[in-house]
Amino acid sequence: MHFEFDIEAGDFSNAGYASSKIKKILKQLNLPNSIIKRAMVALFESEVNVIGHSFGGTLSIDIEKDRLHILVSDTGPGIEDVDLAMSEGYSTATKEIQEMGFGAGMGLPNIKKNTDYLDIRSKAGDHTEIEMLIHFDGEGEQGDSAG
Amino acid sequence: MKPLPFHHALKVREDVCFGCTRCMTICPTGAIRISRGKAHVNSDRCVDCGNCMEVCPVNAIVVEQDDFQKIYRYKYRVAVVPAVMIGQFREEITEQQIYSILLELGFTHVYEAEFGSDVLHEISGRYTTYADRSPVISTFCPAIVRLIQVRFPSLAQHLNLIKPPLDITAAFAKKQLLDRGAGEREIGIFYVTPCAAKIAAIKSPQGEATSIFNGVINMDFLFNLVHKTIVKQKNKEEPLSAPSRRNLSGDAVVWSLTMGEAPHMPGRSLAVDGIHNVIEFLEKLENGEIHGVDFLELRSCDEGCAGGILGSGNRFLTAERLRHRGESMDGISDEIKREIHRQEEYLGRNLKLERIEPRSIMKLDDDFQTAMEKMEQIQDLLEKLPHVDCGTCGSPSCEALAQDIVQGKADLSNCIFYQRRQELLDARNAKANLQRMIKVWGREKLEGS
Repeated sequence: MHFEFDIEAGDFSNAGYASSKIKKILKQLNLPNSIIKRAMVALFESEVNVIGHSFGGTLSIDIEKDRLHILVSDTGPGIEDVDLAMSEGYSTATKEIQEMGFGAGMGLPNIKKNTDYLDIRSKAGDHTEIEMLIHFDGEGEQGDSAG
Repeated sequence: MKPLPFHHALKVREDVCFGCTRCMTICPTGAIRISRGKAHVNSDRCVDCGNCMEVCPVNAIVVEQDDFQKIYRYKYRVAVVPAVMIGQFREEITEQQIYSILLELGFTHVYEAEFGSDVLHEISGRYTTYADRSPVISTFCPAIVRLIQVRFPSLAQHLNLIKPPLDITAAFAKKQLLDRGAGEREIGIFYVTPCAAKIAAIKSPQGEATSIFNGVINMDFLFNLVHKTIVKQKNKEEPLSAPSRRNLSGDAVVWSLTMGEAPHMPGRSLAVDGIHNVIEFLEKLENGEIHGVDFLELRSCDEGCAGGILGSGNRFLTAERLRHRGESMDGISDEIKREIHRQEEYLGRNLKLERIEPRSIMKLDDDFQTAMEKMEQIQDLLEKLPHVDCGTCGSPSCEALAQDIVQGKADLSNCIFYQRRQELLDARNAKANLQRMIKVWGREKLEGS
């Protein structure tokens, strides 16, 4: 089952819209709470990332028979140093964004903790694509980052 | 094993209900459907919040209550009265007067429900909480406990497993009577309730096998009785003996109001009232969007229990009177403190609730594959439905209709938009569609009589 959401850059007031919609579906599918919780972290952080750091993008979710496949793609500006972006506390968020309660530098590390597979494909000055998997029998914290 | 069905205090009077859909639209758990022109409540979904009762234009939704005479089955008849009861009356009517009337009406003892919060504070030196996860969610409001069980099952581990004050008060009262030689079976403890959810919680408790209460008296019923007596005894002087003002602290007086509980809890806390506001907040909590808060006071009614559906007065006036009364209180007396410590061991054993189990109403099926298939059907159906949530199909929204269809409880041709499309294809469908509408709305409405 496929779901797709457009996410507008800078639209913080709508952060959580897509995650809430998907959460409702996952609850209806009777998935374990632990899986729903992990999915929520990954989806919400992804939403915030696209809103706060990109020129806008899409969030697409495929619910498969044994896993969630999440693909986040934006139209730029790309990540300079993926390894640095993955480290806890590192953030490129502006002061204004941090004052709104976002941009603590925990986004990508949190996503990593809650997914079973994580692949970040980005080119500085170009788009970013983040692919995640959450296995229904997985534990998370196994995310593997790649450049 | 399937858990026992929830007991519900709210009932629809079919002889009065005319199927106006107001209750169906406002219900926070989507528990109401219209069939044969009447509202029907799904008991797995209902949390007894009372929103339906509040919006019903013809008072077709009523709250069950125990027969008042039931109190006479007991030699010792204890009334546990919430502070909001006092707030129902004009200020010149003192709590002493009200309590002495309760004694005249047949109770042998009167205790104030929120006293339990003073007991907890006296025993532990602070207001303790106990839950698996932070932020801890208050279990004071039983409608919220049920809401979390059915709609936010993943948050059940956040629920505070310390009993709410009224239960602690009841335990205290019972122990006092037992110590004075009363037999267990001679004691009848009755809660005077400002809402339907507390009745339901007492009749089918969550987190304990049986409730300590033997019955419930509705606050509006008792308000009328007390009022009648006040009018009659206008010239009477001294009231009978009643609980002293030093039996309750000022904090306890306002405990049931919004922000009555939150400020006393360890760490950072906040309060949300109104069940729709609570739902909005719990969505955020469930999404992992809430950080840095340790305690959540969540109440189903606006202004907390002052807004209870069995209140007779204006909720804002009631709240103000309680705050005013709270300010004038000097705190519990040393004598009461000594009594609490005498009972400490007994009360300590009776403070905690068992784990409160979730009972999700969200799942389409226990089996994931079947749930997936149903979800796919729902997505297909949603493309055929108009998304105006008119309620004419008898379900509260297009989404709810789609779910009802896949669960075999409704048909796509319940939708009037779909009916028009069918009739455009073949005018002969009109007759079947009319029958469909009669099933939802009853013959009377369809035939315009």
